[in-house]
Amino acid sequence: MPIPDWLRIRRDKQQNAEAAQWVKCPSCGELLYRRELEENSGVCTRCGHHFRLHAYDRINLLIDRDFVEVGAEILPRDPLSWSDRRPYLKKLESDREASHLSEAIVTGFAAIGTFPVALGVMDFGFRGGTMGTVVGERVTYLFEEATRRQLPCVIVTASGGARMEEGMLALMQMAKTTMAVDAHMRAGFPYIAVLTDPTTGGVSASFAFQADVIVAESRAAIGFAGRRVIEQTIRQKLPDNFQTAEFLLEKGHVDIVVSRPQLRATLIRLLDYLVDGRGPGRTLQAVPELAAQ
Amino acid sequence: MNIIVEREKSLEALEQRIEDLRARSARQGGESSEDMRALEDRYAALQRDMFGHLTPWERVNMARHPRRPIASDYIARLDEFDELHGDRQFRDDPALVGGLGRLNGRRIVVLAQQKGRDTKENIRRNFGMVTPEGYRKARRLMELAGRFALPIVSFVDTSGADPGIASEERSQSEAIASCLLTLSRVPVPVVAAIIGEGGSGGALAIALADHVIMLEHSIYSVASPEGCAAILWADASRAEEAAARLKLTSDDLLGFGIVDEIVSEPLGGAHRDADRFVGRVLGTIDAALSHLSNVNRELLVERRRAKYRRIGAWQETSQRFASVAAR
Repeated sequence: MPIPDWLRIRRDKQQNAEAAQWVKCPSCGELLYRRELEENSGVCTRCGHHFRLHAYDRINLLIDRDFVEVGAEILPRDPLSWSDRRPYLKKLESDREASHLSEAIVTGFAAIGTFPVALGVMDFGFRGGTMGTVVGERVTYLFEEATRRQLPCVIVTASGGARMEEGMLALMQMAKTTMAVDAHMRAGFPYIAVLTDPTTGGVSASFAFQADVIVAESRAAIGFAGRRVIEQTIRQKLPDNFQTAEFLLEKGHVDIVVSRPQLRATLIRLLDYLVDGRGPGRTLQAVPELAAQ
Repeated sequence: MNIIVEREKSLEALEQRIEDLRARSARQGGESSEDMRALEDRYAALQRDMFGHLTPWERVNMARHPRRPIASDYIARLDEFDELHGDRQFRDDPALVGGLGRLNGRRIVVLAQQKGRDTKENIRRNFGMVTPEGYRKARRLMELAGRFALPIVSFVDTSGADPGIASEERSQSEAIASCLLTLSRVPVPVVAAIIGEGGSGGALAIALADHVIMLEHSIYSVASPEGCAAILWADASRAEEAAARLKLTSDDLLGFGIVDEIVSEPLGGAHRDADRFVGRVLGTIDAALSHLSNVNRELLVERRRAKYRRIGAWQETSQRFASVAAR
């Protein structure tokens, strides 16, 4: 969806709820005025807690010009005829209504600074950002298009892992996306992953940790096993900072930790280092849809 | 408690009586009595009832059966095997056994998730749950296989990648992600055999392959039935229900194109005729390798890519096909 449409939807939604003008920070308890929070990129002005972002808000934060979405026509099915407390198809329907998204990732082309990029942004609000067939297919398609157009790829992850409701078909998306990352990598184009809260399981163990440069958003929970699973296994409580972006930086697993207001500038600098200035992917002509605007 | 083991116990009394009768009639030199034949018929019928058609949950128990052949049983039957240890960085992970071997004269690189036969060995092997060091050893050996044009044979048997603190500190995610990346480009045949439990990403890390063989009663799942039940209903005891929903059996996965071939097991499971069965599995692996060895390297990787590219179930409008056609 074009970003202006999303901003209108969100404004309408918020005006309907007076209480939505104030938001309580889950970290420090401070009551924050929503407009102020938004102006600060969804970061608590008191303690620096990073609120989870809607995919379109994230895109809006990162890009210049508009966003040309691709892969939106790739939509989920219910291959396992899954039902637990509710049928899978019903869960998808209510997530669609609540999030205004058709799936857990939005993919497309945009310019970050003056750099045209293939951009994928995951959203924890849709099925916990889990990777089913559609996420796998959209990511794969995005990398294929990026390779074809000689573009760098930027993926912002937020995911609870592989989507249980699609069983092994979900797990296999780890293999499928890996192969698309590999082809893009071998063709010589840069891939930057931005890991946001939370990035775990099948997404962290595939394309999230295969990037040339891995940027993590401050305080994001990042790991393979979920915190609860580890606590159950070892039967003790984990320290608060365990699996945070800062913890991973200290252990040597991510390149850079940034707070959200610095993210866009950081990405522009990284793209400037990594993108071949004379390559065809350097100009907006690589994305005629963007150049036309 | 393993429900298959419990069932086997209930058959034991009958087995004992048949044994006794057989011994007595052998002593008397006579033919087997009416009683004997009746007992044998009853025994055969019971076996068919108990094991003839296994539900997903029964297969989960079969995959975890304490006497089911484990990786070392297959490795022991290779012509030769020399284990290569360590990730050259931190330590040697006993849950992931790797090395150079020979199968029917063919040189191969072996990667195997190794459970233990008893408690002591299971503790040493971390119950087959591989740590980042194990995956890094595996990746090192995959690269070695690529350099010397040796096909890779992997034996998959893990409830999942190790979920401990130390594994997180050394980035289990990166270790698995790197294995996947290496397997997606290694220009040698890769054959994976799911011999017991195929637990999620920890299994896939060594199972991205040109040809995936699954034993009839093995399981391969996005999450353990217990973990799945805990997440869905906050009740791990509903694992049986979860097992049925996850579509983790060999027939389900053959149908999805996720496994390429099933090796059927003897009535009652692989352990009932372990020796012959292990030989049959190795024969199946060998046949797959023979077939793949004729494919040239570029085509091999291209086909591997195409195979995984297709997996999934989604719907779409004709819009994207138009843009694909315009390339």
